[in-house]
Amino acid sequence: MTKGIDRREFAKLIGLGGVVFASGLVNPLAGSAARAAAMADDFFFVQLSDTHWGFKGKPNPEAEHTFPMAIKAVNELPEQPDFIVFTGDLTHTTDDVAERKKRMTEFKEMLKGLKTQRIYLMPGEHDGSLDKSAAFKEILHPETHYTFDHKGVHFIVLDNVSDPGAALGDEQLAWLADDLKKQKPETRIVVFTHRPLFDLYPQWDWATRDGAKAVDLLMPHKNVTVFYGHIHQENHHMTGHIAHHSAKSLVFPLPAPGSQEKRTPLAWDPNHPFKGLGWREVTAEAKKGDYRILEIPVNKAEA
Amino acid sequence: MISPSLPKPLLWGGGGLLAAGLALAAVAARGEGEQVVSMTAMKFEFTPETVTLKKGVPVILELTSLDRTHGFTIPELKLRADILPDQTVRVRIVPEKVGRYGFHCDNFCGDGHEDMSGTIVVTE
Repeated sequence: MTKGIDRREFAKLIGLGGVVFASGLVNPLAGSAARAAAMADDFFFVQLSDTHWGFKGKPNPEAEHTFPMAIKAVNELPEQPDFIVFTGDLTHTTDDVAERKKRMTEFKEMLKGLKTQRIYLMPGEHDGSLDKSAAFKEILHPETHYTFDHKGVHFIVLDNVSDPGAALGDEQLAWLADDLKKQKPETRIVVFTHRPLFDLYPQWDWATRDGAKAVDLLMPHKNVTVFYGHIHQENHHMTGHIAHHSAKSLVFPLPAPGSQEKRTPLAWDPNHPFKGLGWREVTAEAKKGDYRILEIPVNKAEA
Repeated sequence: MISPSLPKPLLWGGGGLLAAGLALAAVAARGEGEQVVSMTAMKFEFTPETVTLKKGVPVILELTSLDRTHGFTIPELKLRADILPDQTVRVRIVPEKVGRYGFHCDNFCGDGHEDMSGTIVVTE
C-alpha cells in the first residue's frame, strides 16, 4: 500500500496531465482517509457498471450474489457517496419481454437496499437495444439521456444503446449541442455513457457509431471527463484533452482489447472467485479539477 | 489487405428499384472469375463463419438474414451494412493482402450477439 503521493506528482508519473488515477495507490478498505483531507466542496460518487442482473452461466456461477455484495460494500463505506451512478447493462438481455421486465423490477427493488438513494441510471445494450429502451423507461427511469448538476459539475448522461446499431443519433446529438451551448467553456463537465464514445476496439463492437461527433461537440470545453462501462474492465484513454475511463463489471471480466480472437469472458477462477470484478469511487476535487479514481474489488481479498 | 472498391455503390439491398437496378448492373458487369459467396445471418451466427478468398480476386458477398435485422461489418475496411430479413445485401470486396479479417454483427440482436462473428481468410 502506498499513501501520500502528491496527486500532481502521480499525474506526471503516468503522463496524463490533470487526470489522476488512484487505482492501487490507496487501500480501498481505508478509502475514506483520502477524503478526510478533502476540501468542503470536494465530493465523491460511486460508479457501478454492468451488473447484468439475471445472468446465469459459467463465467460467474455466483452471479446472483455479486451485485448484493457490491451493495453491501457500498453501504459499508465510512462515508456515503453524494450519488451512485450505474453505467448500463443493469440487467442481462432476454428476448422474453416479461422476463426482461421481471429482471428490471428485481433490479429496482435491490436499489432500495442502497443507503444512498440519489441514484442515476442509464441503459446498456442488454437493457435497451431490443426494445429501444421501452422497458427501461417504463420500470427504471423515464429518460435515457438527461443532465444534472452537482456542486459545480455539469453531468451529461448519453444513450448510445437504444439504437441497436450503437448510435447516439442526430436528435440526441442536437440535444447535446444545445446543452453544451449553455455551458461556459471552463465549466467542469462529466459524461456518463455505456459504450466508449471513441473507437476503442471496433472489431469487438467496442465503439459508438457516431461517438466521434459527440467528442467533437465536447472538445471546445476545457474540462471534460467521460465515465463508461460496456467493456467489463478498467481502461483509460485520452481523446485530446478529454479523458475516458471505463469501469469494471459486476458479472464477469472481458479480455483486454484485441488480446484474443474472440471477446469471450475470462473464465471463472474458483481459487480466486470474483477476480476482476469491482466498482469504483470517484472523488471530484474542486480546487484542482481532478478526478481521483479508487478501484474497489468485489472480493476484498484482492485489495 | 482487402478493400471494398467503389465504396458507395458496393452496398446495396433489394429494398428499392434503384438499388435493385444497381445490383443487376453490377452483377452483369462483374468480371470473369469474380466470385460470389452467399452468406446467411441468423441469431447468433453467420453461415459460413469462415470465408476463404484468393488474393486479387474480387468477390461479391451476398448476405441475407433468416430471422431479424442484423449487421455486417468489417471494421478494418470501415465497411458495414444492415442485413434485413427477406432482402439480399451485396458487398463487393477486393482482397489485396493475405491475412485474416474479422467481421461481426453490429446490430445488437440478443443474448449471444457478442458471439456472432466470423473471419475472412485471404490466401495467395
